[in-house]
Amino acid sequence: MMNSNEIIDDIANKEYEFGFTTDIEMDIAPPGLNEDIIRFISAKKNEPEWLLEWRLKGYQAFKKLKFPTWQHFDLPEIDLQALSYYAAPKKKKQLNSLDEVDPELLATFEKLGIPLNEQKALTGVAVDAVFDSVSVATTFKGKLKEMGVIFCSFGEAVQEYPDLVKKYLGTVVPHSDNIFAALNSAVFSDGSFVYIPKGVRCPMELSTYFRINAQNTGQFERTLIVADDNSYVSYLEGCTAPMRDENQLHAAVVEIVALENAEVKYSTVQNWYPGDKDGKGGIYNFVTKRGICKGANSKISWTQVETGSAITWKYPSVILQGDYSEGEFYSVAVVRNKQIADTGTKIHHLGKGTKSRIISKGISAGHGDNSYRGLVSVGPRAENARNFTQCDSLLIGNQCGSHTFPYIESRNKSAMIEHEATTSKIGEDQIFYLNARGIDTEKAVALIVNGYVKEVLNQLPMEFAVEAQKLLSITLEGSVG
Amino acid sequence: MLTIKNLHAEVEGKKILKGINLEIPKGEIHAIMGPNGSGKSSLASVLAGRDNYTVTEGEVWFNGKNLLEMSPEDRAREGVFLAFQYPVEIPGVSNINFLKTAVNEVRTYKGLPPLEAKEFLKLTKEKQQLVDFNTNLMNRSLNEGFSGGEKKRNEIFQLAMLNPSLAILDETDSGLDIDALRIVSNGVNKLRDAEKSFVVITHYQRLLEYIVPDFVHVLYNGRIIKTGTKELALELEEKGYDWLKEAEHQKESV
Repeated sequence: MMNSNEIIDDIANKEYEFGFTTDIEMDIAPPGLNEDIIRFISAKKNEPEWLLEWRLKGYQAFKKLKFPTWQHFDLPEIDLQALSYYAAPKKKKQLNSLDEVDPELLATFEKLGIPLNEQKALTGVAVDAVFDSVSVATTFKGKLKEMGVIFCSFGEAVQEYPDLVKKYLGTVVPHSDNIFAALNSAVFSDGSFVYIPKGVRCPMELSTYFRINAQNTGQFERTLIVADDNSYVSYLEGCTAPMRDENQLHAAVVEIVALENAEVKYSTVQNWYPGDKDGKGGIYNFVTKRGICKGANSKISWTQVETGSAITWKYPSVILQGDYSEGEFYSVAVVRNKQIADTGTKIHHLGKGTKSRIISKGISAGHGDNSYRGLVSVGPRAENARNFTQCDSLLIGNQCGSHTFPYIESRNKSAMIEHEATTSKIGEDQIFYLNARGIDTEKAVALIVNGYVKEVLNQLPMEFAVEAQKLLSITLEGSVG
Repeated sequence: MLTIKNLHAEVEGKKILKGINLEIPKGEIHAIMGPNGSGKSSLASVLAGRDNYTVTEGEVWFNGKNLLEMSPEDRAREGVFLAFQYPVEIPGVSNINFLKTAVNEVRTYKGLPPLEAKEFLKLTKEKQQLVDFNTNLMNRSLNEGFSGGEKKRNEIFQLAMLNPSLAILDETDSGLDIDALRIVSNGVNKLRDAEKSFVVITHYQRLLEYIVPDFVHVLYNGRIIKTGTKELALELEEKGYDWLKEAEHQKESV
C-alpha cells in the first residue's frame, strides 16, 4: 500500500489532459498596451464610436488604478506591456455557416469533448466556442432565435443589437471597478451575449467554452447576460488551456442583469492549466463576476467548480436590489501542487426581504493554498434580510493551507445572518474503514470527496455534474493524508 | 479456513502479539477473551491489515492464501470482515451509496457483474429485515450521528450485506444495552451457517450466552494461554483472569 507521501507525489505528477496546442494561423497584435492598440482592436471589430469611447475610459481608469494588496497570496509581477492584446484565428472570408469554420478549430473543440456540429452536440445545450479571443461558432442559434432568445458572440451583439449592449454594458461591473475589470473594459476581445425576452423560459442550457491557445497573449473576454421580466436561463462556462511554461493572464468580466421575477443560473467548471508540480506555468484566473437582481423577486445563482489555474482569484457576487430578490453562491475550489485559490462571494442586500445562501467547499491537497473570502452586507433599507453561509474546508495531507475570511456588515437590525464553518481532514481511519469493506484507497477518497461536495454539484445541470465529478476524481486521484 | 502460525506483531516498536497460534475451521465460532491490553483488538487489526501494525514474524493463511501479503481491500474482497469496535463516521457519504460501492467492489473482484439497482435494493431489504436494521439509517451519512448501538447494528448489517466467509467481531458488545445486545446477537445467529466462521472478541461472558461459541481462547500478554469450550467463559466470569495470569507468570519464571 502506498503511504501518504507517495500518494501525494502521485497526484503531483498527474498530467493535465487538455494540455495540447492547436497549430493554426493567427492574427496577433504586437505586444504592448496603449491607446493605439485599443483603437486597433476596436477597428478590427468594426465597433461603433461609443464603444471605442467606453474602452478608452476603461483604459484611463486602468492607468489610475493600483494592484490590490489585501489578497492572501503574493501577487506575482505581471508585465502587462509584454502581452499581446489581440489574437484571433485568421479567417479567410466571412463565415456563413458552421461548415465553413476551419476544420482545425472544429477538431480542437471535438478533442475537448465539445462537438460544434449540431447533429453531434449534446441535446439541450447550445454552445458558443471561444478560441483565444474570438468566438468561433455558436450552435443552435436559429432554434433559439425562434423564441426570441439572443445567444451570440459579444462582437456580433455589438453589430446586431447595439442598443441592448449599450443599455446594459458596464451597468453591473463599471469600467473603473478594479484594475483587472478596467483592463478588460479597455481591451476585451470577445465573449458571449445573452438576452432572454420577457416571459421566456430558455428551452436549453446555454454554454460558452473558452479555450486559450496562443502564447504570450492574455484572454479578456466579456460576458453579458440580461434576463428580462419573468424569464429564466441556465448558463454554463467551461475552460481549458495548453500546458505552457509561462503564466498566462485571464481577466474576464461577467455581468448579469435579472429583471423582475427573472432567474439566472450561472455555472462554471473551471479547468484552466494549473501549472506543473513545481508551480511553473499555469493560468492566472483573475475574473470579475457580478450579477444584479434589479427587479423584485428575481434570483441569481452562481455555481462554480474550480479545479484549474495556478491562481484563482474571483468573487462572483450578487447585488440584491429588487425587493424579495434572492442570491446564491455554491462553490467547490480544489487546490493541489502549488495552486492558489482566493475565492468567495459578495452579497449586497439592498431590497426588503432579500435572501442569500452561500455554500463554499474548499479542498486543499499537496502544497495548495485555499482561501474563502466573503462579504455579506445588509443595507439600511433591507428589512428582514436573511443570509445563511456555510463554509467548509477539507484538507488532504499536511502541507496544504486553508483559510477563511468572512466579513459581515449589517446596517439593519432586522437582518438575520448565519455563518457556519468546519475544517476536516480525510482521516486514515476513514480510509481504513472503507478499505476493510473492499473499497480501495483511490475509490475511498473519491467517495469521501464526492460526498463532501455533493451539495454543490447537485446545483449543476445533470451532464455537467457528472463531468465535474469525474474532473474532481481525476484532480484528486490518489490523494490521502 | 484461517490458520495463524506463530504471529508476532508490533506497533511503534512495541511488541503486542508474541506468537499467536490459532486454527479456525469452516463453520465454527471462536471466542477470544482476555483482560484489557492483552492484544485482542490488535489481533483483529492485524488480520484486517491496519497499516500501523508491523508483522515481525509468523504467517496467516486464509483459504490457502497468504493473508499478510494482501492489501486490506483485497482481504475484504477475499471474504474477511472486521466488525469495528469503534466504527468511524464519514459525513456526506450515504450509508446506501457506501454499501453499494462495497458490495460491487467485492463482486467485481470475484468476476461478477455489479448488482442492478433493483437487485441491490431487494438484497438490502432482505438483509435489513434479517438483522432488524432501521430503514431510516440507510439514507443517512455513514455512521454520522448514529448512537453507539446504531453503529454496532450497522456493522452487523454490513456483515449481512457482504456475506464474508470469516467475520471478526471486535468487542461488538461494548457499549450496548441488553436490548441492543440481543438484537445484534440475533443478527449474528441468523447469519451463522456451515460455510461461515466467526471470531468473537469480547470482555464479557454475557455476549457468549447469546452467541454460543465452539471454542473459547484466552489471550494474555500477546499469546493464547488457554483454550477451552464455552464452559471456560463461565469459569472466567466467576474467577476472573488472575488465576490464569499467575499460572502464566509461573510458567515464564520456570
